[in-house]
Amino acid sequence: MSMSNETAAPKRPSGFWSYANPVKFLGLTERVLPALWLLSGLSLVVGLIWGFFFTPDDFRQGSTVKIIYLHVPSALMAINAWFMMLVASLIWLIRRHHVSVLAAKAAAPVGVAMTLIALFTGAVWGQPMWGTWWAWDPRLTSFLILFLFYLGYMALWAAIEDPDTAADLTSVLCLVGSVFAVLSRYAVNFWNQGLHQGASLSLDKEENVADVFYFPLLVCIAGFVLLFFALVLYRTGTEIRLRRARALLAREARA
Amino acid sequence: MTALLTRDLALAIRAGGGFGLGLAFFLIVTVMVPFAVGPVPELLARIAPGVLWLGALLACLLSLDRLLALDWEDGTLDLLATSPLPLEAALSIKALAHWITTGLPLVLISPVLGVLMNLPGPGFVWLVVSLALGTPALSVIGTFGAALTVGVKRGGLLMSLLVLPLYVPTLIFGAEVARRGAQGMDPTTPLLMLAGITAGVVALMPLASAAALRVNLR
Amino acid sequence: MTLTIRDLCVARGGLPVLEGVSFSLEHGQALILRGPNGSGKTTLLRTLAGLQPPLSGAITGAQDRIAYAAHSDGLKAMLSVTENLRFWAAVFGQRDITPAVESFALAPLQDRLAGTLSAGQKRRLGLARLLVTGRPIWVLDEPTVSLDREAVAMFAQAVRAHLASGGSALIATHIDLGLEAATLDVARHRATSQTRAGATDEAFL
Repeated sequence: MSMSNETAAPKRPSGFWSYANPVKFLGLTERVLPALWLLSGLSLVVGLIWGFFFTPDDFRQGSTVKIIYLHVPSALMAINAWFMMLVASLIWLIRRHHVSVLAAKAAAPVGVAMTLIALFTGAVWGQPMWGTWWAWDPRLTSFLILFLFYLGYMALWAAIEDPDTAADLTSVLCLVGSVFAVLSRYAVNFWNQGLHQGASLSLDKEENVADVFYFPLLVCIAGFVLLFFALVLYRTGTEIRLRRARALLAREARA
Repeated sequence: MTALLTRDLALAIRAGGGFGLGLAFFLIVTVMVPFAVGPVPELLARIAPGVLWLGALLACLLSLDRLLALDWEDGTLDLLATSPLPLEAALSIKALAHWITTGLPLVLISPVLGVLMNLPGPGFVWLVVSLALGTPALSVIGTFGAALTVGVKRGGLLMSLLVLPLYVPTLIFGAEVARRGAQGMDPTTPLLMLAGITAGVVALMPLASAAALRVNLR
Repeated sequence: MTLTIRDLCVARGGLPVLEGVSFSLEHGQALILRGPNGSGKTTLLRTLAGLQPPLSGAITGAQDRIAYAAHSDGLKAMLSVTENLRFWAAVFGQRDITPAVESFALAPLQDRLAGTLSAGQKRRLGLARLLVTGRPIWVLDEPTVSLDREAVAMFAQAVRAHLASGGSALIATHIDLGLEAATLDVARHRATSQTRAGATDEAFL
């Protein structure tokens, strides 16, 4: 791994990368977090109440359609959480910023939770619609595989004692896992054509869900995104404090 | 490089369990299936390709934790890492040795087990072809799992958790080739996909495996 | 080319253990490393062997020239003495294993499986491996563990022959090998809680 000789006199990065300094990052999160919690709570409450109580029932799906306000945002975040972990792992491997890899570590359980919410709400929705709690539909199957990837990533973190070794290995796993997750997605698509309806949201398609459902859905998605950021920042802060305590104790022990 | 290959093969033969264990496991799993699902010939014929592929996959997984663990314990990996042989090459060779001792025998024995599972006539060729093409990918991906978990005590279970999701595309395309072959359909598309996965994995995976092993050797 | 170490700082488990280690090792020279258990000898040797990166400082002349031997010898119990040696010779691109067999009096054991050897005999085989690497710099971590007095003399003789033929050796050991060699006490280079060399815990302090 590239640990260069110039580290003896560390440069002070400025701008965005200066937050790669754990202590500075902690300061930032402490200032930002209250606002994030508030905003995410607000948009979730507004979005969910709007979605559940102030939108009409769908002519085909009845009121079951309203689970979309939990299902779509959580599914979106389940994938994006992994994507965020991939980017964070890459930053760690290339630039060796501890905050980055700790954020990836912190995001994994949040991603798992999102995946589980997506799978659960999907089952609840699927039961009245398709008459079954579970079908080996490509999308459902892909999420199940994604869930397994999350489990593997977290298990590897948990199994390795040395934090830097764990950071490197989990980052490599995240990279390789991402490639295989994409491969699996194609394989699963090939393997079974599905029941699942098309994407509820996309930028280039005409047939999005109707506007009445669309706007509260956007608010819910915003709420989930903000909640994700809040949770990840909070959890990253916890990880940093743990490492800080560990580092201080280790230095203490030798003094 | 030949030295490493012949050494690994010699060890597999002499230490016992190298060739035999995986095969026996494959046999047992296949024999258990009719007990579990009932001896209905049509049903067995339908599920035969999938069961044989799953059995091969599990037999392969079974021997993975020995792939690097022994060399880790006796310090061979430390010494190999300081030798002129690139770690990527060493790991490719070890994956090849693993394939010769587990994958290849499975490929060769699979027609016999196909008979036990009432596999339809046209399926035999495609079962052998798909296993011959797919099992190298299983060995190479497994080497990556072994390299990740080599420093973990009793890492076998963890490795299964890490490796099995990575096996999904290979399993899907491999079993699809065998299934289409057995049903008399054209297996070209999944066969090409399977070949593509194997080629890509053999070419690129050793880089990731070597990176993981270097981290573990630190 | 001499092996030169300049202002090296090495870490174990993310914590610096040694700092400011500097020395150079010429052809025909040996250097003995001393220091209490846990003082960082093994970490230093592993760093020189290229198994782990240094925190800071420079190592020159080590690339592809080091034969490393540590506590475990990389021997396979199910291979014979000759097969073990031939394997390592082949990995390092060498053929001739006779000098190795002779220097460590392994001829009577040649066809025995390594698993049936005693601890001392295994150690001799492990050290004989150094000779089949054909590499000029030996980096040895406690090479005399489980050797009897006779075998230690055999080992010292092998080191002397290696030095005489222009090689060099860096040996961490507690016993006196009777070599004409300088000594480096690593305890004097112990890293303190004030050391700042880019160890991974520093970012969190």
